[in-house]
This record gives sequence, C-alpha cells and structure tokens, in this order.
Amino acid sequence: MSQTATISSAGPTASQDARVEARGPRPTPFFTPRKIVIYSILFFACLYFLFPLYVMITTSFKTMPEIRWGNIFAPPIEPTGEAWIKAWTSACTGLTCQGLSPGFWNSVKITVPSTLVSIFIAAVNGYALINWRFKGSEIFFTILIFGSFIPYQVMLYPLVMITRELGIFGSLWAVILVHTIFGMPILTLLFRNYFASLPVELFKAARVDGAGFWRIFFEIMLPMSLPIFVVAMILQITGIWNDFLFGVVFAGTQNYPMTVQLNNIVNSVQGSPEYNVNMAATILTGLVPLIVYFVSGRLFVRGIAAGAVKG
Amino acid sequence: MQHSVSIRDLSLNFGHVKVLEHLNLDIAEGEFIVLLGPSGCGKSTLLNCIAGLLDVSDGQIFINGKNVTWEEPKDRGIGMVFQSYALYPQMTVERNLSFGLRVARMQKDEVERRVKRASEILQIEPLLKRKPVELSGGQRQRVAIGRALVRDVDVFLFDEPLSNLDAKLRSDLRVEIKRLHQRLKNTMIYVTHDQIEALTLADRIAIMKNGVIQQLADPHTIYNKPTNLYVAGFIGSPSMNFLEGELQGGTEPVFRANDGTVIPVKTYAFETAPNGGAVKGVLGVRPEHIAVGEAAKAMPFATEVEVEIVEPMGSDTLAYTKLAGQTLTFRADSEINLRDGQTVLVGFDPGRGSIFDTATSNRI
Repeated sequence: MSQTATISSAGPTASQDARVEARGPRPTPFFTPRKIVIYSILFFACLYFLFPLYVMITTSFKTMPEIRWGNIFAPPIEPTGEAWIKAWTSACTGLTCQGLSPGFWNSVKITVPSTLVSIFIAAVNGYALINWRFKGSEIFFTILIFGSFIPYQVMLYPLVMITRELGIFGSLWAVILVHTIFGMPILTLLFRNYFASLPVELFKAARVDGAGFWRIFFEIMLPMSLPIFVVAMILQITGIWNDFLFGVVFAGTQNYPMTVQLNNIVNSVQGSPEYNVNMAATILTGLVPLIVYFVSGRLFVRGIAAGAVKG
Repeated sequence: MQHSVSIRDLSLNFGHVKVLEHLNLDIAEGEFIVLLGPSGCGKSTLLNCIAGLLDVSDGQIFINGKNVTWEEPKDRGIGMVFQSYALYPQMTVERNLSFGLRVARMQKDEVERRVKRASEILQIEPLLKRKPVELSGGQRQRVAIGRALVRDVDVFLFDEPLSNLDAKLRSDLRVEIKRLHQRLKNTMIYVTHDQIEALTLADRIAIMKNGVIQQLADPHTIYNKPTNLYVAGFIGSPSMNFLEGELQGGTEPVFRANDGTVIPVKTYAFETAPNGGAVKGVLGVRPEHIAVGEAAKAMPFATEVEVEIVEPMGSDTLAYTKLAGQTLTFRADSEINLRDGQTVLVGFDPGRGSIFDTATSNRI
C-alpha cells in the first residue's frame, strides 16, 4: 500500500516540476547546426513533393491558350474555374460526355457498400477466430492470410467466371463482391490482432453473464474497437476508391468508377489534350482519399488516445 | 448430503499437453475451497472448466447434483470474478452490474432491486453512475464481485481476485471476501498462488501441482500434516527445514541424519507403522517449531548449533544455522538476542514435524 501511495502522490508533484521547467528559457540556442540540417532537408523534401501539386492546381485554373505559352510554373493570369466545371460535367469519358460526375457517384456506390460489408465481415471473422476458436480455426486463418499473397491477376479470370455464373458480371454487385473478397485477408488479420490485444477476461465475463456470440460482439467488443474501425475504413476507402483494375473488369461500362473515367478523359485521343481539364479531373478524383486522410487521421489519433486509458 | 460442486475424473488436454489429469473433487454446500499452487499448475484451468469457459477432454462436472459438463456458463448457476476485474469499460458501474440481468431479459424493477441490494452489500452505491476508468483497483474488484452477486448464483468462482491489488488493499479485501462468505453462505471456489490468502480464507485447501491435487484438507492439516514433500515445502514461509537421513523403525524409532546425528522420533505419530528395517527418509521441521535456549532443553531432541546469519523481522528473528551438515532455519522471539557466529542450543519435538519417504516423497 505505502509503496503505491507514495508513487501516486509523487506523480502530480513530479509532473508539476516538469511543467515549471518547460516554462523557463531554453538553454540551447534555436539555430543549432543539427536543426538547420534537419529543417533544410524537410524543406526541400516538402518542395519536391508539393511542386507537382502546385503545377496541377495552377494549370487547372488556366485557359488553354495560356497553357500553350509553355510557362508551366507561372501562376494563372486570368484564373478561371471553367476547366473544373468541364471536368465535372461535360468532359468526354469514352462514349458519353457528362464529365466525371457519373463516375463519382459510381465510385460512391461501389466504395460505401464494399467498405461496410468487408469491414463488418472481417470484424466478425477476426472476433470469431480469436474468441470462438473452433477445430481448424488456425488452419483457416493461415489459408486466409496466404490468400493475401496471391497476386490479383491470377484470380481475375476465375472471378470473372464466378461472377458470370452468378449473373452479376458487369454490375455494381460484382465489383462490390470482388472488393469484399480481396479486402478480407488483410482486414481479418487487422481485426484478429486487435481483438487478441483486448483482455480475454472481458469476453469470459460476458459469457458468464450469459451473453452470446452477437451480443458480446455488438455490446462488448465493438464499443472498444473504434480505433481499429477507423484504420480499416481508411484502408478500404482509399484502396477501393483508387482501384482501377476491378472497376474496369467487373463494373461494366455503365458503372465505371471515377478512376476509369479519369483514365478515359486523360487518355482521350480525339482533339488536342486539354491539360487544364485533365489536371482538374485528376485532383477531383484524388480528393476523396485526401479528405478521408485529413478527417479520419484526427479521429484516428483521438480513438487511440481514448483506447489508451486502461478500462 | 448433496455436494454443491462435484468433479468426477476430469481430464483436460491441450494437444499432447495434459493440463488436468483424472481430477476428483467434492465441494460441500457453502464451503470455501481454495485452489492453491504455483503458476502453471492447472488451478485456473480447473476453475475455467467449472465455469464452462473451457471444454473438458474427459470426465464430468456436477453443480447441485446436475451434470453441467456441457452446459453453457450462464446455465451453471455460477458467477465469476477475474484477476483483471474484467469490467466492461464502456458501461457505467450500474450497467456493468445489470448486464447479465439484462441479457436474461429480467423485469426492470427486479433488476433495479438486485443492483441496489448488491451495491449496498458491497458499499458501492455512490459509484453506480461512474465508468470503470474512474474507479480505484479495490472499487473495481468490488464491482466485479457485485456482478456475480446480482445474478444470485449458487457458486462463486474467484480467479486470483486480489493479485492486482497492493498489499494493504489486498488484506482489506480479503477480510471483506471472508465476511461476504459468512453473510451469503454460498459455495466459493477461490484460485490463488498466495498461501496467506489460502490459509486465511479457506475451509479446505486443494494444493495443486502439474494438474493433480496433491492434498485436499483444512488449513490446519495442510500446515501441520502435509501429505508429501511438495506440500510441505510449498506451505509455510520461510519454508520447512528438511533433514535427509534414514528412519530406523522398531519400538524406539530413531531418525539418523546423513552425518550420523541421531534424533529420537518416538513422539511422532506414524501413519503407517515403520517396520524394523531402515528406510531412506526426510525429516521436516518448521522453523517456527524450533525452540531456542532454555526452552530447547525440554524438547525430545536438542543440540548446539552455530548461528550463521541473523535476519531480524521485527516481530521475530530468523536465524540460519547448520544441523547435521544441512541448513536449518529457525524463527526465534525477537527478545532473544542472537548474533552471527554465536553458538545456541536449539531443540524440537519431531512429533510436530513430518517424516517423508525419500523414494515416494510421501508422508510416513
């Protein structure tokens, strides 16, 4: 008792001391050689990665004549949003000329159900593999993980045949199914490891209390799993949104996701390439993963911090 | 009389590893049983089997005369308290307590009544609206006990409930568990590796090693008449002194230590009368049963020894010496002034000790 008591009572004083110390003047000067080196490297790395983005954004606000002058680093003289509007509403994506907006909605229709279904199934998988071990569950898990090492291309044709037999080839259902299948190994691994890190006694206690498979899953496990759900969502949303291969193979021409339509705009062979529209379309397509990163990244950190408090 | 919990020939294997082997245990109604042993001896595994959280490989478990070997945990009439408390972190104390009742779809007013009663008994009423994070270790463990209490179970299972608490709190809560048992008179099965908890709480202690119960008896018997060398060495702190030698039977039985020191053991109550021949054996004497100085003269056996190390413990003093070439520890009153290198007279009554057969390591 006395030991813990001293430690806990010493805690606040120690942290107060630390705070007092932090308020005082720093003993080292701000410009140390070490810092100069670190910040210059960071600065140039930043430039290196931000420069293409700068070119994309400025070009997208230029008019075609202005682009043809050839000075790609110059800011737009007469900024105009026309290229953006065209990219969204009227650029030609193959046969139709409705811009990217149909592709955007197709991508939403693909990404939302694929993400939800794959995460739900993987969460249940991971939970069952850890807490309800059955005969052969380890082998099942090994096979599942092995699946993540097989290249997509190998399974492409068999999947085409399967979806054709199911009568869903060339529809949104096919893409959703394929994304769900391919998300399974990595997500199951993710959830299994997360659930393995939760104290098993909680699960036992819930069983003694009489809760069953689903009740424990929804009422005990899920409320403790926000961080891992955010991680899984980032993985799936960005992965599925950026997918090109499955979209072009399984979705059918009516349901091409945004990435496929972007390709059709950029690689169009008719007329002269409209760089401003291409740039705008590319930024539009990349916007969703970017937003997901920025928004959920914060949530993610908050989720981890909330989970860090021992329950 | 009907047993509250009966375990018949229970075995459990994890692959090729035998964790429990043909275990039998009968627990009377209202009895407080402690399963005691080092880590890995199978005591927690046995408790999990009784709770229904582990499937057994062979054998049966009866609770209140009903075969529950393959029943779900909730249908066994048991409540369990875990070492890590295992409170649901996202629920308030009140909802933690009522979770099992809500799962069973109990009437709302009945749930409230039971939560109220349990929180009164455990004095956690002011905490009902709090989350587990906002509780201290002792409070959390009380809530965990309360969760078993509200369900009105026949048998309480405790899995090292005090091991995560600091020493002071542990002894407080130990007394509280004992009080709770006196009040509720439920059957309680309590797993621990702490012999003090075992000796203070138990009606009977089951000492386990390698999945086998070594001895099942009341604390007094366990302490005074350990059934084999393992139990003798496990119980007691500092542990029992063991002198190796030979037991000579006959009308005047003596124990001859390895260096030839002869100790008369006529006062010893043999379980099986030794025959005339000599048997290799071990004489065990507890450090606290050794008398020092004047008191030693009255003992059936007394000899002079040289004190090697003295450890003052406050209430008493531990001294390490050599008898018959083997280490002998004794506990003396702190009033007796002992110094390193001093020669003192020590004596003991072999009748309070234990003699074991070296070959079988069982008590003779």
